[in-house]
Amino acid sequence: MADGTFTAGAAPRVESPGFFGFTLPQGIAFLVMVAFVLVSPFFLYPVFLAKVLCFALFACAFNLLIGYAGLLSFGHAAYFGMGAYVTGYAAKSWGLPPEVAIPLGGLVGAALGLPFGWLAIRRAGIYFAMITLAMAQMVYFFALQAPFTGGEDGIQSIPRGTLFGMFDLTADLTMYWLVAGIFLGGFLLIHRIVHSPFGQVLKAIRENEPRSISLGYRVENYKLLAFVLSAGLAGIAGGTKALVFNIATLTDVRWEMSGEVVLMSLVGGLGTIFGPVIGAGVIIAMQNYLAQFGSWVLVIQGVIFIACVLAFRRGVVGEIGNLLKVKL
Amino acid sequence: MIETILFELELALPQVVLGLVNGAFYALLSLGLAIIFGMLNVINFSHGAQFMMGAFVAWMLLNWLGIGYWGALVLAPLLVGAFGIVIEKTMISRLYKLDHLYGLLLTFGCALVIEGVFRNEFGSSGLRYATPPEFKLLDLEFGDFFLPGYRVWVVMVALVTCLGTWLVIEKTKIGSYLRAATEKPQLVQAFGINVPRMMTLTYGAGVALAAFAGVLAAPIYSVHPGMGANFIITVFAVVVIGGMGSILGAVVTGFMLGLVQGVTDVFWSEASATVVFVIMAIVLLTRPAGLFGRA
Amino acid sequence: MSLDRRTLIKGAAVASLLPALGAAPFRSARAQAANTIRIGVLNDQSGLYRDLSGPGSTQAVRLAVQESGIAQRGVTVEVVQADHQNRPDVGSTVVRQWIDRDGIDVVVDVPTSSVALAVNTLVRERNKVYLNSGAATSDLTGSACSPNTIHWTYDTWMLAQSTGGAMVRAGGKSWFFITADYAFGHALERDTSNFVRSQGGEILGAVRTPFPGTTDFSSFLQQAQRSRAQVIGLANAGGDTINSIKQASEFRITRGGRTKLAGLLVFVTDVHALGLEVAQGLVLSETFYWDLNDKTRALTQRLGAMPGGVRPSMVQAGCYASVLHYMKAVGDMGVAAAKASGIEAVTRMKAMPTSDDAFGEGTIRADGRKLHPCYLFEVKQPSESSGAWDYYKLLGTTDAANAFRPITDGACTMPRA
Repeated sequence: MADGTFTAGAAPRVESPGFFGFTLPQGIAFLVMVAFVLVSPFFLYPVFLAKVLCFALFACAFNLLIGYAGLLSFGHAAYFGMGAYVTGYAAKSWGLPPEVAIPLGGLVGAALGLPFGWLAIRRAGIYFAMITLAMAQMVYFFALQAPFTGGEDGIQSIPRGTLFGMFDLTADLTMYWLVAGIFLGGFLLIHRIVHSPFGQVLKAIRENEPRSISLGYRVENYKLLAFVLSAGLAGIAGGTKALVFNIATLTDVRWEMSGEVVLMSLVGGLGTIFGPVIGAGVIIAMQNYLAQFGSWVLVIQGVIFIACVLAFRRGVVGEIGNLLKVKL
Repeated sequence: MIETILFELELALPQVVLGLVNGAFYALLSLGLAIIFGMLNVINFSHGAQFMMGAFVAWMLLNWLGIGYWGALVLAPLLVGAFGIVIEKTMISRLYKLDHLYGLLLTFGCALVIEGVFRNEFGSSGLRYATPPEFKLLDLEFGDFFLPGYRVWVVMVALVTCLGTWLVIEKTKIGSYLRAATEKPQLVQAFGINVPRMMTLTYGAGVALAAFAGVLAAPIYSVHPGMGANFIITVFAVVVIGGMGSILGAVVTGFMLGLVQGVTDVFWSEASATVVFVIMAIVLLTRPAGLFGRA
Repeated sequence: MSLDRRTLIKGAAVASLLPALGAAPFRSARAQAANTIRIGVLNDQSGLYRDLSGPGSTQAVRLAVQESGIAQRGVTVEVVQADHQNRPDVGSTVVRQWIDRDGIDVVVDVPTSSVALAVNTLVRERNKVYLNSGAATSDLTGSACSPNTIHWTYDTWMLAQSTGGAMVRAGGKSWFFITADYAFGHALERDTSNFVRSQGGEILGAVRTPFPGTTDFSSFLQQAQRSRAQVIGLANAGGDTINSIKQASEFRITRGGRTKLAGLLVFVTDVHALGLEVAQGLVLSETFYWDLNDKTRALTQRLGAMPGGVRPSMVQAGCYASVLHYMKAVGDMGVAAAKASGIEAVTRMKAMPTSDDAFGEGTIRADGRKLHPCYLFEVKQPSESSGAWDYYKLLGTTDAANAFRPITDGACTMPRA
């Protein structure tokens, strides 16, 4: 945040949460987002949009941890990637339909998040970030060696399958609707978590941990639960992505992928609700546009990182919110 | 039975020694990281990229200016160190009053930029840097196994450098100012010592160490933009194991883990990449501050 | 808002995000010019396979288009290129967009077997044409065979039989492999192992090296040495092979002549990078060498100056030959029919024998395997060479009928026309 902390910051004025925990400005923003999701596949390439939504969900999951629990995970690619691999393997080798394969990916992400989170939470701040990074690197090396991931080849020709035995997902548009549904569902779930009693305790822990402990809260358990939820949602995002592109590769578990999701949230606005979504859209669009220019993507991403850290800490949505004096 | 074991050990020795060479790089890189972290409380994510820059500067000095290995050993750290000082003065110093995680993010961004620029310029396949022929004098032979002299030199130089740096920090006056400023910067500043300048120079020194390691690495790993990224995350794990602010811890752990990797390579080569992280997990469970760290 | 440094940086950050606005890929229907063929050359433009494929392949394709004379029939040809960075996800994303959005009809080259296999599936699903010149895996005409694919230039079975065979004949009965850990390395190791065993040899072990990204092979070479194998088989290519050979020489692995190195896939560009001092005596197999005969020399002359200052590799020659032959089929069946169905175009290509300056006379088999002779070369000693790029002496030739795996031995389940 602009004040140098990682908290979401206090709202400029007291808002009374209305429909579904959204304030009025947030509700409007939500409706705009839904409208865009519904209309865009008719004038933009659906596979591109599906990719944006998968990463938007991934970024939202990551943001849950940093924005509301104050924990910067630098190894979130582990859950995303393993979700992709497991969903891919389940769909291809076990022939499981997407309604089973994708949740399976989420489950694996959560299952991985449990021991990793437990270990990482023993330290705080920078150490936490370093530990998550190292854990993710372990997962990368595991994925490199394990026979089922196919190493450098990855899992290829993943069939999208038929949803509930009724909807054939091979058509790009149909697949997009499923992705849109998963994204909106995940988004609302995260929002619900944040505005629940559990979310309130998380906020308390983030704002003043010693006081929370003195009030009797088992702080470790709350942090761990947030971590596992975040990891599970990242796994779902990864699994969905694997089905969209019919492929799951080492790229999904590399540390560069962890860095990308941090970048998306940073650009969009850490700790804001809509920030990660905007951030994902911006970064994916930029990558798409610059793909023909080779490594300039890396350079531009680095420049954006630096610029955001130095002068743009609120991110796009944060700045808009600051201008309008609302919390988005 | 004993003969077979001894025979196996004799065959394994070369790989263990090679692990020590890796350990030399771990030690040098984690030394630089530990110094920067100790003084500035910043995790220098661009350490790997600066290591890579050192190797590239050595290559450029040789191919564009005709300056050979020995010149590069001196010039590359100076040049890259100066670049580091510029980064610190313009960008990193602004972040000291903020959450330390911003420093991590900033240097991460720097790493991306540096790697991207070099990848664009030079491609990703790697440029060859010839091993200087002088080191043939150090060639070693044990039985069937032949160790090129250059790798012996790397281990020796790394040991000397690490020891020298440790001596400077622990036993000299400047080192004592550094250690004092790490613990109580305001107080030290009140004594008239220019603490911000010390921080800038410390960052430059840490970066110079990374570049020095890069020059050493050029003949072995061939010069390519990804060479830093390959190392840096393992080095982070080394630093966590050793204890984040401990200089001695960084060096000892670096060499030790190189050895452990070498041994693992012999018996279970697929695991040699992960063994460092497994050890890190164990250390975190038992001694969270690190083996040599102060909690 | 005062114009201070922070605002400036903020402005710069926002400005750098603006290209994103222009990046949204709009789904406007492309007016498909009915008489335009679009060729996409996909390969490694920045990594370890850049010199043997890269922009040189695109240059070869453009020459083929020019020399095919297709322009005289009123057909326009567009050639685009892209870098797959040796990653299957990047490659498949590019091809997906190429076909779905950009109207590409033919995908050419694609070295790196993992990418090649991913592209193979995509092209088949969308009924376009896939002329693979760069990849090695024999699975492209085996378990992954497709009616939309023609595998040109070479494959792992050919290499195993030619180079592997030569090494076994020279006395190398026990082998240890250093294998690049992806589809190509595995296929090459598998095919060579099968061949060695069938000749009464034994495989003492293998070690997988992470790909791409491994530049230090010393520890793997040590493991190979420990096994006491007579032959260390390098199941890798490009930069990996160069580093392995260079380091083997540095560590004196082949000292005493007890252990030999088998470079199972070596290109003339690799020998150039190694230098004759290090590479002399290396035995290798290729299907094209620029100095082999008058025709190859003429083709090299016509290709002119190549990017990176290299002489054409067999992969680049294969790009030339495959596109030349494709244009013949287009001329024969008409543009509309060629664009409409990849299977039809490929079937027409299979029906016509090939003839070009790169590989001479050849045929294309029902499973998509292009057949032409394979040459066994040995790298000259420095004293035998007259200068740069004069590197090979010819040891032997395997004729087209015997160079490649018999069609019955592959696991190809395509219905035979």
